[in-house]
Amino acid sequence: MSGDAPRAEWAGEEPLVFELSRDYTGGPREVASGVPERPLGDLLPGVRLRAEPPPIPSIAEPVLARHVGRLARRNHHLHHGIYPLGSCTMKYNPVVDEQLAGLPGFADIHPYQDEDDVQGALQVMWELERLLAELTGMARFTLQPAAGAHGEWTGLRMIQAHHASRGDRDRTRVVIPDSAHGTNPASATLAGLEVVTVRSTREGTVDVDDLRSRLDPSVAAIMLTNPNTLGVFERDILEIAEVAHRNGSLLYYDGANLNALVGVARPGDMGFDVVHLNLHKTFSTPHGGGGPGSGPVGVAEALARFLPTPIVERDGDRFRLDRDRPHSIGKVRAHHGNFGMLVRAYAYLRAYGSDIPEVARDAVLNARYLASRLGDLFPPAVPSPCMHELVVSTRGSRAPGLRALDVAKRLLDHGVYAPTTYFPTTVPEALMFEPTETESKRSLDQLADICAGIVAEAERDLAHVQAAPHTTPIRRVDEVAAARHPVLRWTAEP
Amino acid sequence: MPDLSGYRFTSTHEWVRRDGDEATVGITDHAQAELGDVIFLDLPAVGARLEAGARFGAVESVKAASDLYAPVSGTVTAVNEALREAPERVNQSPYGDGWLLRVSGAAEGSVELMDEGAYLARLEE
Repeated sequence: MSGDAPRAEWAGEEPLVFELSRDYTGGPREVASGVPERPLGDLLPGVRLRAEPPPIPSIAEPVLARHVGRLARRNHHLHHGIYPLGSCTMKYNPVVDEQLAGLPGFADIHPYQDEDDVQGALQVMWELERLLAELTGMARFTLQPAAGAHGEWTGLRMIQAHHASRGDRDRTRVVIPDSAHGTNPASATLAGLEVVTVRSTREGTVDVDDLRSRLDPSVAAIMLTNPNTLGVFERDILEIAEVAHRNGSLLYYDGANLNALVGVARPGDMGFDVVHLNLHKTFSTPHGGGGPGSGPVGVAEALARFLPTPIVERDGDRFRLDRDRPHSIGKVRAHHGNFGMLVRAYAYLRAYGSDIPEVARDAVLNARYLASRLGDLFPPAVPSPCMHELVVSTRGSRAPGLRALDVAKRLLDHGVYAPTTYFPTTVPEALMFEPTETESKRSLDQLADICAGIVAEAERDLAHVQAAPHTTPIRRVDEVAAARHPVLRWTAEP
Repeated sequence: MPDLSGYRFTSTHEWVRRDGDEATVGITDHAQAELGDVIFLDLPAVGARLEAGARFGAVESVKAASDLYAPVSGTVTAVNEALREAPERVNQSPYGDGWLLRVSGAAEGSVELMDEGAYLARLEE
């Protein structure tokens, strides 16, 4: 099949940077420095220096440039095509936000610099905190956490501090739905709390009766995502909040799915007490390939004194770092979090201004349009209408034996990043698509047409789909061997 | 197909086979098929106490990590050490070589234990 021939630009194994030839040493030279070189031992007397220099690769610039270029071509990113990875909100990141974050006044400052020198940076943090508080209905925010799960842990530590401050030290459990993001139980466990699972209904929402039966004085908090991981809005949220608060438990909002609601509905108005946001999702800061992320945490007024220290305060026209916070849970990260991400999110929010609800409306519209196009191919996991993401199952497609993994792998051959697979775990053979608001109708139609083509292909020749991907430099990887016998370090061939 | 007449099944997809006071515990064929290739098992140590209905460990596959719930109460007398090197036995033989634990003083708790027919009927729901 000519359509499945390897693409020329992808062909061949790419060596690691350590393995690249050192033979060619031509190309640009460094500009000679006017500063005289001195031995390191003279400059750092009394310091234990390593006996041998570290094995840093030595490569000519053109060789390295092409190596990086080839890697970039193999990479999938939003400049190549759609990235419908459910629950991750892989929206397009505006270039202007990158440019603003790169301004020397933001990019070249140091966390130990005098506050008077970095007033603009502090102002961005102060204003961003207010924007996030306004969008979520929270009183105050910490901007320190480095990502969502870090934010979850930070939020749970504040919930523990809240209960402890009331002399209530027996709240050792957290109630989490069976469809929750895996980070929720992981963060709870890391915070020293025991996880209790609550069932979902057939509509995909929290079973409120089951929830009631799980509540007792040992429950510190209920962690929810709204809309939940099935992309379904929790309609009973006000009742859930009342049930939680009557039990003395706090309600935690996992903001991973805020893109469905931003500017339209506020977690604070639903009764949530603690909220983490993923700036790298909803607020358009990059996170493919590891980010860095940013997971600010907002709290209701009653919990504000427990926020990590420091936070930015304003005195008249001057901004300062307030470290005098005796009830704070302490620092959760060095300095002030991933500051470059804060600048990007701030720029994004300022650009949208009061139009921010358009983000949520278009995100939901795109997901529902895609759901309408995919509905004939793969049955939806739940009957409820979806919000910003949709979960379907390959079980029940016209091609018996077609699995979610096969569809995901075959999509790679079409230049599409795979949707999230096998999540939530309550849905067999799940595919979770989140197109985000930054895809056009044309792009959604292309994705739906490709999926239809894969189902038709699987009806004719299931084995060919099961052997996908056919065009990527690495074919189907041996996940079992990778998990059981991981090779985590490169070592030189003897 | 092995003879499963002596096996009882939970709605959370574990099985238990009673032999007087002793019992063997594993996960069902349906569970291993849904999980896909098992890569790691987090199991209690010999001497640990199981409480019927309580979490006693976890099974991790290429797709997901899932908690394991005790079908019966009792004390762990043996752990299937072979699974440490060969967790794929859970996929290959969930009712045989892929057993997880042996338990003494096995006692039923509040967990519903179904025979094979009832369990398969439950899966159809």
